[in-house]
Parts: sequence; structure tokens; C-alpha cells
Amino acid sequence: MLTIKNLHAEVEGKKILKGINLEIPKGEIHAIMGPNGSGKSSLASVLAGRDNYTVTEGEVWFNGKNLLEMSPEDRAREGVFLAFQYPVEIPGVSNINFLKTAVNEVRTYKGLPPLEAKEFLKLTKEKQQLVDFNTNLMNRSLNEGFSGGEKKRNEIFQLAMLNPSLAILDETDSGLDIDALRIVSNGVNKLRDAEKSFVVITHYQRLLEYIVPDFVHVLYNGRIIKTGTKELALELEEKGYDWLKEAEHQKESV
Amino acid sequence: MNSNEIIDDIANKEYEFGFTTDIEMDIAPPGLNEDIIRFISAKKNEPEWLLEWRLKGFQAFKKLKFPTWQHFDLPEMDLQALSYYAAPKKKKQLNSLDEVDPELLATFEKLGIPLNEQKALTGVAVDAVFDSVSVATTFKGKLKEMGVIFCSFGEAVQEYPDLVKKYLGTVVPHSDNIFAALNSAVFSDGSFVYIPKGVRCPMELSTYFRINAQNTGQFERTLIVADDNSYVSYLEGCTAPMRDENQLHAAVVEIVALENAEVKYSTVQNWYPGDKDGKGGIYNFVTKRGICKGANSKISWTQVETGSAITWKYPSVILQGDYSEGEFYSVAVVRNRQIADTGTKIHHIGKGTKSRIISKGISAGHGDNSYRGLVSVGPRAENARNFTQCDSLLIGNQCGSHTFPYIESRNKSAMIEHEATTSKIGEDQIFYLNARGIDTEKAVALIVNGYVKEVLNQLPMEFAVEAQKLLSITLEGSVG
Repeated sequence: MLTIKNLHAEVEGKKILKGINLEIPKGEIHAIMGPNGSGKSSLASVLAGRDNYTVTEGEVWFNGKNLLEMSPEDRAREGVFLAFQYPVEIPGVSNINFLKTAVNEVRTYKGLPPLEAKEFLKLTKEKQQLVDFNTNLMNRSLNEGFSGGEKKRNEIFQLAMLNPSLAILDETDSGLDIDALRIVSNGVNKLRDAEKSFVVITHYQRLLEYIVPDFVHVLYNGRIIKTGTKELALELEEKGYDWLKEAEHQKESV
Repeated sequence: MNSNEIIDDIANKEYEFGFTTDIEMDIAPPGLNEDIIRFISAKKNEPEWLLEWRLKGFQAFKKLKFPTWQHFDLPEMDLQALSYYAAPKKKKQLNSLDEVDPELLATFEKLGIPLNEQKALTGVAVDAVFDSVSVATTFKGKLKEMGVIFCSFGEAVQEYPDLVKKYLGTVVPHSDNIFAALNSAVFSDGSFVYIPKGVRCPMELSTYFRINAQNTGQFERTLIVADDNSYVSYLEGCTAPMRDENQLHAAVVEIVALENAEVKYSTVQNWYPGDKDGKGGIYNFVTKRGICKGANSKISWTQVETGSAITWKYPSVILQGDYSEGEFYSVAVVRNRQIADTGTKIHHIGKGTKSRIISKGISAGHGDNSYRGLVSVGPRAENARNFTQCDSLLIGNQCGSHTFPYIESRNKSAMIEHEATTSKIGEDQIFYLNARGIDTEKAVALIVNGYVKEVLNQLPMEFAVEAQKLLSITLEGSVG
């Protein structure tokens, strides 16, 4: 589904990603962990197409298409979804109006007619229940005055509505208390299926207790330095990142 | 596209209504003096009292000075270089629409204002003004059956001189300010509306102003009188060709609402705004004021201002009648080098008077937007109530937005509220919407429409849709 080959990217002349290689097949969940500043969120931004990042080398293929040549909106329409670490507030635009526009833009791109009001509301209700999203938040301005947890839940609700084939969760667990974390994770688990892949970016092993990954990758200094199964996350929790960092530095100095 | 490219893109967006109509015109020689005023008055076959009134206006004009308090540099204007009368040549007296020059009908058709009653929007009567004269007024006959008078100002002077004489200058005196005085001296045409007692006007009344001639100013005058227990909703629209030199538009609008009467006045202003470097464009210096003379009367101004190089106006309401109500809803958009200094003045005089002000400024490009408003409460205005909401939306990093609210209260029982916000359409917001499959144009439209919704909701349906379209065209590509 997603193939990243030797991806290099920089922001304001500073090299952030230094040769990422990653293969994410259909239906799998991959966790990306790593210390602060290792490039985790940058990878998410580059995949979603944020324009202050410049890709200097490498390729990204998504379902056989060159992702890097697409505009951010076309990536979304093709089925890439980024759950933001810091969802922005947009005053005056109601959550429901925003969602309707987004859903119908994706449908139009796929050659489908826009959803009629009735069908749209039905879909909304269904997905709302699935991810336990508060109805009161539907008619409010997009994320305006939402608590940290409500914003993250709104991201997962949007994920449910747009039904992408690849969802990238950028530190969705940050700022969540344990209850909110459980609700968000439950939502994600309900959305899991054989057709959908997830990239779960996180600092903490905690999230991975709820959303169990098929693989765990450690990102450090713009590169993936170790890949393992879910046990790797536990090992990291126990030992921290230093042992990996040291090994990496030794490799470099050889 | 990066923000610079996008901003450039918007600047090159052409003004849709910038064409000129090639038609034979009667144009007065340039210059402002008593002779030209007499010439205009004679051309219009006016009674002596009106000529006298014009001359009084001219005397006042000569004594008045240009204001200095505005938040922009008033460009130097050579008022002697303008021509004060321009009218399409008439072959003979017109009796029906069939006799109107087809070139003129085509012009209005092209502007989306069909003057043929079969083609016209149902429920909307239109008075079309081309340079200094009214070309045609639709549905006049139908309205007359109910006693509603809707005609050009010139016609009203001939047909209903008593009504005109009774109300002209009672809300905006001939010496009110320099531009109002100039208008009083040389006003060309405009619309006149009278709604008799107890009548609810069955149609939207609308005037469409078109400046076409070069080196002329447009000085129309509109007078609306709503008698006891009546209701009317009135709308004006305006466009002008693209020209390199600036053109002055100094209009006056007066509204009188008698007991229990309600007047809704909506403006969608789209005069030529000048090019991206600020060359050309209309100076829109307008005096609009209404008086709630009778108890329980109501005047509501709604304006959507997207055009003009400089917009300078403060549609105001004098709340004289007890329990009368004034409203002001405004969206003002500036981009490129446009300037807007606009807002309202509400004078609470009667007791229990209420007012509501909702102002939404949008600044893009190098535009500069100011809200200036006055809420005054007089000693008699027991329990007066005002609510003001004043929001600014910035797009890009080169634009400006300012707020100058004045509050003067001489009554302790008054309640006055003022709320203000400033926000910016950020790249983060746009990217967020992009990442959900919404392209940048749509994203801006979504944000702007959400922002102005409260004001557009005040417009009659057909015009709300038009205004929304106009806003998205105006702001196309203006993300920073």
C-alpha cells in the first residue's frame, strides 16, 4: 500500500529526514517511536504534503501512485488521512458543514455524487456512535473551544467519516488522560480492517497496549534504526532509547 | 502554491464588470459652479424651490472643508475637473421599455439585471440608473395599485413634489458634510420610495447604479419614506467600468420611518476597486442616514462592501421614536490596495430604544480596513440598549485592520456592550482543510462564509446567494 524509499527531506535548509525506507502492506498497523526531534512528526507532515517541507531525495508510492507529486488535497482524496497532533481551530465553520464538504470532495474525486442530507446525517450518526463522539460538538465551530481530548476524538471521528485506506496518527495520545486514551483507541480498533493500514506515531508504549501494532520502528536522527514486533516497544519502555542511540553512533564512527 | 504566488494570483484576478457601453451621451462640460447647477436643474425641469435648495447646498459646500479624521490619506481631488452631468441621449420621451435604447438594456442584461418584467426576478422591482439618469423602473404599475411609489428621483420631483419637498434634506441636511453638500448641489438621479400607511410592500425594491461615462462623478440621491405601520425591503447594487483614473461617487441616502414602520436597506457594493497597484477605482464617499421618527419603528442597514478603491461611509440611525430599533450589519472586504473606513452611528434619543451592530471586516493583500462607530445615548433615552460585535479577519501578512469604537452615554440606565475579535486565516487552517480533501479555494470560501454568515443571513434570499458568490470571487486565491 505505502512504500517509502530513501526519503530525504528538509525544512528551512535543515535536514530532518535522512533516508527513510518503509513498507506498509494493506491491513497492517505500524508504530513509529523515537525520542524527541527524531523526525516522527516530520515524516507525517511530509506524507500529508505540508509545503514547508522540501523533499530532496527519495520516493513515496501509495497504491501504485507517486504520492509526492500530489497536492495535499489529492493525497487526502486518494485515501491518506493524517490525524493531527495539534488540530487547528476554525471559528465560524461548523463541524458538520466542514465534514459534509470534506466527505463530498472525496466523493466527487472518486466520481460519486454528493451525499444527500439524509444519507449524510445517517452516516454521521452511525460513525458518531462507533467512536463515541459527543453530538453537542457537531454543530459547534470546528475544534473551537474543544478540550484537548475532544479535539483528538474529533480527529478519530473524521477518520471514521472519511474512511481512508491509510491513517497516520501523529501522537494522538499526547495530552490525553487514561479514559480519553481508551476511548480514542477503541475507536481506532473498531475502524481496523483488512483493507486499512495505520501508521501510529507515539512516544509511549502505553498507546500500543490499546492499539496493538504488527511492527514497531524506531526513528532516530531522521532514519529508521531498528524494526521489531510489539515486544520492541516494551523493551524501549524499559531501557529507553540510549542503547539504540549508542549503537547507532558506533556504527557511524566505524 | 506558496503564499506569495497565491497573493499574486488574486491580484491578477480581473474585475468582472469592467466593460464600457458605447452610447451617445449628453455630457456637461467639466467644472463646478452655479451655472452648472442651474444647467442640471433646468435639464431636469425642476421647480424653483429645488434649484434654491441646490444652490444652498453649493453655498454650504464652498464653506466646508475636507475631513481630516479618517484613517487614510485623502487623495487630492480636483472637483473642477469633473463633469457633473452625463446622460445617454434620448431621442424622445419614453413611454415604455420598448423605447429604451437596446444598448442600455443589453448593458443591464449583461450585469445580470434584466429590465424586462418577464425576465426579471420575481418579487423584485428594479430602478436602473445609468450615469446621471434613471433608465427604467420595473413593476411600477403593479406597485402603484397598492399605493406604493417607486420611481426615479427626477420623476418624483415632477409627480410628487409635495412629498419630496416635505422630506428632502430632513435626515441629511444640505450642509451635513462636504460630500453631502456637494451631492445636494449637483445630485443627478436616484430612487424615491414612498410606502403608504399600513402597506406591506409586496416586493423587494431595488436600484441598480451603473457608472459608465469617463471623468464624471456619480451623485445620486435616494429618499425612502415609510409611513405609519408600513414595511419595505430595499436593495441597491452598483458596478462601474475599469478606468485608470479615479471616479468619485458621493451619494446621499435618507430614510424616514414613521410610527411602527420598518425599513430594511441592503447594499451590495461592487464598484470598480482599481487594479493591483491601486491605480483607478471608485472613491465611494457616501452619506447614509435613517431616522426612526415614530414610536416602535425600525431601520436596518445591511451592507456587503467588496468594491471601490476607497469606501468611506457610516450608515446611521437616529432613534428618535420611543422603543424604536436600529440595526447595522456589515461585511467589508478589502484586497490589493483597497481602503475601507466604514461603520455606523446610532443615536439613542427616545426611551427604550435598541440597537444592534454586527461588523465583519475582511482584509487581504495590501488592503486596509477600519471599523469606526459611534453609539450615543441621550439623557431622555431611558433603558436604551446597544450590542456591538466587531470582528476582523486577516488574510496574509500585508493587510491592516483597525477598530475605532466611540461610546457616549448620558443616561445611567443605558446598557451598552461592545465585543471585538481579530483572527487570521492561517496556513495551518488551510493545510488542515487540504488534508481533508478540500482544496485551497474552497477552504477559504468555507472559512469566509462561516465568518460572514450572520450578516448575509440578513439579506433577502436571492441577494444572499449573489453576495456569497461575489465574496468568493473577490477573495479567490487570497490566502497567505
